[in-house]
Parts: sequence; C-alpha cells; structure tokens
Amino acid sequence: MCKDCGCGLPGETPIGITGEGHSHPHSHDHTHDHDHEHDHDHPHTHSHAHSHGGTSHSHPHSHGGNAEDHHHDHDHDDATSQDQHRTIEIRRSILEKNDRLAERNRGFFRARGLVVLNVLSSPGSGKTTFLRETVKALGDRLKCGIIVGDLATDNDARRLRESGAPVVQITTGTVCHLEAEMVGRALGQMDLGGLDLLIIENVGNLVCPASYDLGEDFRVVLLSVTEGEDKPLKYPPMFNAADAVIISKIDLAEPCGFEREAALANIRKVSPKAKIFELSAKTGVGMAAWCDHLVEAREGRTNEDPFLT
Amino acid sequence: MDGALSMALEQARQAGAIKVFVIRLRIGALSGVVPDALEFAFEALAPGTLAEGARLDLEYVPARFWCETCQSEFQADNMLAACPTCQTPSRDLRAGRELELASLEIE
Repeated sequence: MCKDCGCGLPGETPIGITGEGHSHPHSHDHTHDHDHEHDHDHPHTHSHAHSHGGTSHSHPHSHGGNAEDHHHDHDHDDATSQDQHRTIEIRRSILEKNDRLAERNRGFFRARGLVVLNVLSSPGSGKTTFLRETVKALGDRLKCGIIVGDLATDNDARRLRESGAPVVQITTGTVCHLEAEMVGRALGQMDLGGLDLLIIENVGNLVCPASYDLGEDFRVVLLSVTEGEDKPLKYPPMFNAADAVIISKIDLAEPCGFEREAALANIRKVSPKAKIFELSAKTGVGMAAWCDHLVEAREGRTNEDPFLT
Repeated sequence: MDGALSMALEQARQAGAIKVFVIRLRIGALSGVVPDALEFAFEALAPGTLAEGARLDLEYVPARFWCETCQSEFQADNMLAACPTCQTPSRDLRAGRELELASLEIE
C-alpha cells in the first residue's frame, strides 16, 4: 500500500506482469532462456546515523555483528514512566526497502549500459502516445524497451507495441504507483539484449509515484497544455524531482488558451534546473530536439549529466 | 503505511514486545505524506496486530534547501521557496523528505 494515499488496502488485486510472449507474430517451437537473470542475494549494508536533538537522556549503544539487530533498550531513571513500557529507538526510513531494491535495479541497468527513464504525469496527459512516437522517431539511433504500469488492462502495452519496441505491462491492481520491486520482476519478462534505452511509463498520478525510486537515471514529467499552467505549483514534489519536463500536446495550445510564459515560469519556480521540452507527439513538432537529447544522454552517460544544464 | 506498520511490528517482535503503545514517525515537510491518510490507513491496518489501539505520534521535520549563490542553507515549508537572502529558487533539497520510523513504545 502507498504511504501517501493509502491505496492498495487489504483485498487488493495481485500485481500482474505480462510480457509479450503470447503476442509474438512468430512462434517458437523451442524454449529459449534469457540470460539476464540477476541474483537477489547480494549483501548490502545500510548505515544509520543517529543523533538526539532536544532530548536529554543518553544511552550508550553498541552494535553487535548483526546489522539487523540495532534496536537498543534504554532505561529511564525517573520512575514516572509507565510501569512496563519501554521505548525502542529505530530510526529507519520507511521507504528503505524500495530504495534498496531501486539501487539494485540501478546497478543492474548500469552494468548493462542501459539509460532508464521514469515517465510520470497525470492520467490523460499523453504519455503513451508520446512514448510510442518517441520510440518511432528514435528509429535505429537507440533501441528501446518499455515497461508500462496501469491499474488494469493492457491497452497501453498494445498501443506501445505499435512502435515495434518490446513492451511489458505491469498491472498494479489497486496500487497507484510503480515500485522498484515490480520493475525488477518485469525485467525478467523482457529480453534486454541490445537495448540502449529502457522507458518506464508509470501509473498516471502526480502524487505518490514521486516517492518511489525505480532505479531510473532520469525522471521525465509531462504537463499537457490542456491541464492548466499551474499544475507544477499544485504538485511540487513531482515537478521538483523532474530531470526533464515535457510540455505535451502543444498543437492544442491555442484552442486551449494555454499561457506558455506562465507555464514556463511555474515550472522554473518548482524545478529550476529541469530541462524543458515543448512538443506535440501528434504533429511531431519538437520531437527531434527531445530525441537528440536522449541520444546525447546515452552517449554521455559516463560524462556529465546531460539532463542538467 | 503498511511499510511503516510492518516495520514497526517486525521491530516490536524482535524486541519481544507483547503490545505496542506508541509508534513515532518522523515526517519531512516535503515527504508528500498526508497525516490524515496515514492515520486512516493505520486505523484500517492495525486491528488484529500488536499495534491495535496504539497511538501514532508524528514529528515534523522542516524542509531545508541549499542556496548555490549564498552557499548556505535556508529553511522553507514548501517547494516553491526561494532563498530569503538572494531570492534565487533552489531545488537542492537537503532535508524534508524524511519518512522514518523513529521509535516505538512497547511492553
């Protein structure tokens, strides 16, 4: 369940992951193994600095060999504390598990030389069309794979497959965002051989997905001209975490009365360093600059961060 | 919330607790956590666990940004804040996204 909105309460639908095995136009009469299994048992360490601000009690603490065993009792001298109650200090991040799995994904991506995008927006801002056209426009310049998350249906996966890229659909049931663990499982369904760019289309939601690192290199947030110029101000955590902001559907800017300058100013306010791209996946305007940027990101991944100016 | 609760229950069990009275969470001003949603989820999930009837204590951590121009930190309560000295907006968040299980009171 999500820490932010409480989605995925008991009774939730299991997470579904659907590759494209069933929809290949050609059939294999032999089984074939993918060679990208990755181990899930590498050791990890996590450190937890711990300091007390205002409180005046102190308690010596030592850690044994076991990293998990780091709670420590401490006694209050004042007899006023409730009889049997004791306090145990923990100080651990709730998202620690997701962050750890995201780091594992990141290591896996790095090892394969993949550039990975986490694409986020509200529902209906045009993510799927934008990504389908991105893959088409990139052509041979970058080989792409797509993981797409939705609560239900594989409609987006089917639309994305029109681009020719391999697509894995994750259905999250009642969960409003993708988590690193789901992405890790979806990777097992995709033949990553020869891919340069992995695009993860997150569940349409401008709130909760902001908190969940998937192991991506870059976060790309879409704002369509039909949504209003003040969206970045209304959903600052999402836009603040963006490496690139895409203003989509600019072919509709005029009929919508979209105020470009206001939108740009609002994005700048929340996310001063994000790269901004204005484009229409439908007409193709602006797509070339975006694609060039992706190619540059792939080429320069060992150099400086190309998403930050 | 189930992350917070399952972590709390795991830690409580490891400490040999038979009951959890208080769960203290540290929540950054910009963590995106909505306290009401958290409380609601907690009340939905806690019954039947060691933490049934426990109190949720939320400690807020203000957001701190780093100003590149002034080479210093400033505190803010939202993401739109600019440096109070030079008015430059910053996205270099140094604190405020925390969502942490701080401590438990158990028996």
